[in-house]
Amino acid sequence: MPHELETLASEEQALLARLRAGDDDAFEELVRSYGGRMLATARRFFTNEADAADAVQDAFLSVHRYLESFSGDSKLSTWLHRIVVNACLMKLRARRARPESSIEELLPRFVGDGHHAAEPADWRPADESELERAESRALVRDAIGQLPEIHRSVLLLRDIEGLSTAETAALLGTSESATKVRLHRARQALRTLLDPHFRSIAAPDAQVTP
Amino acid sequence: MTCREFVEFLEAYLSRDLGPAEQAEFERHLAACEACRRYLESYRKAVELGKRAFEPSAEPVPPQVPESLVRAILKAKREQKS
Ligand SMILES: [Zn+2]
Repeated sequence: MPHELETLASEEQALLARLRAGDDDAFEELVRSYGGRMLATARRFFTNEADAADAVQDAFLSVHRYLESFSGDSKLSTWLHRIVVNACLMKLRARRARPESSIEELLPRFVGDGHHAAEPADWRPADESELERAESRALVRDAIGQLPEIHRSVLLLRDIEGLSTAETAALLGTSESATKVRLHRARQALRTLLDPHFRSIAAPDAQVTP
Repeated sequence: MTCREFVEFLEAYLSRDLGPAEQAEFERHLAACEACRRYLESYRKAVELGKRAFEPSAEPVPPQVPESLVRAILKAKREQKS
């Protein structure tokens, strides 16, 4: 509905105008209307609620500081999304020195001659209804939450935000080759975590001829 | 090519980063090894599930911003001003 879009846009315009005029109530309105969605985004990056809240606070301070440079070419919500993702990454970079949980134990294992140590299982066929199921999605979000932070960030930026390897590497301050390795490890670890839930019931061993 | 090498090159294969010779070797292993075929399929499905887990319609309805966070943000903004 073009009419609806125009209305939304003009509401955004009105809020922006008040914000730029330094209206404190408008800023509070902005926090209340967009903060929830931004907090949900920050929770993808941080399992710790205090860290997610901190990132949202940093994001709103950036919003306040850079309000003048918001061109209005994109939707306000799109701009806010980019800012909160960026605030999460800044926070992650600042604490990179912290020891991270290891991803090694979530990677597949191989025996000496290079064969799989455990026969990979068949997964149930991916039918639409299953992918759409809320429980499946909650399970997958939970599994992503269990990845070490740096691997989770790469997976979120590449597979969820849809950024390129180069863009992701630049945002995380690493090389493209390190980014590729981390993405692959993150996906392998995600597969390991989801395996018990998505493997078909039939034991794969039954198919292996002695 | 061993299964270990196959899994190592999986991401490069899926993003079409392998050279022609490596690609051919990769596909030879894939044709011959049922374990790696299953691994590839489950890997693909895991990636697909990951991509869809946060679609706007999938994520829980945005929570209200906790009142404590609203207050913290407004306070930080006032302090930034001065
Ligand atoms: Zn194999």
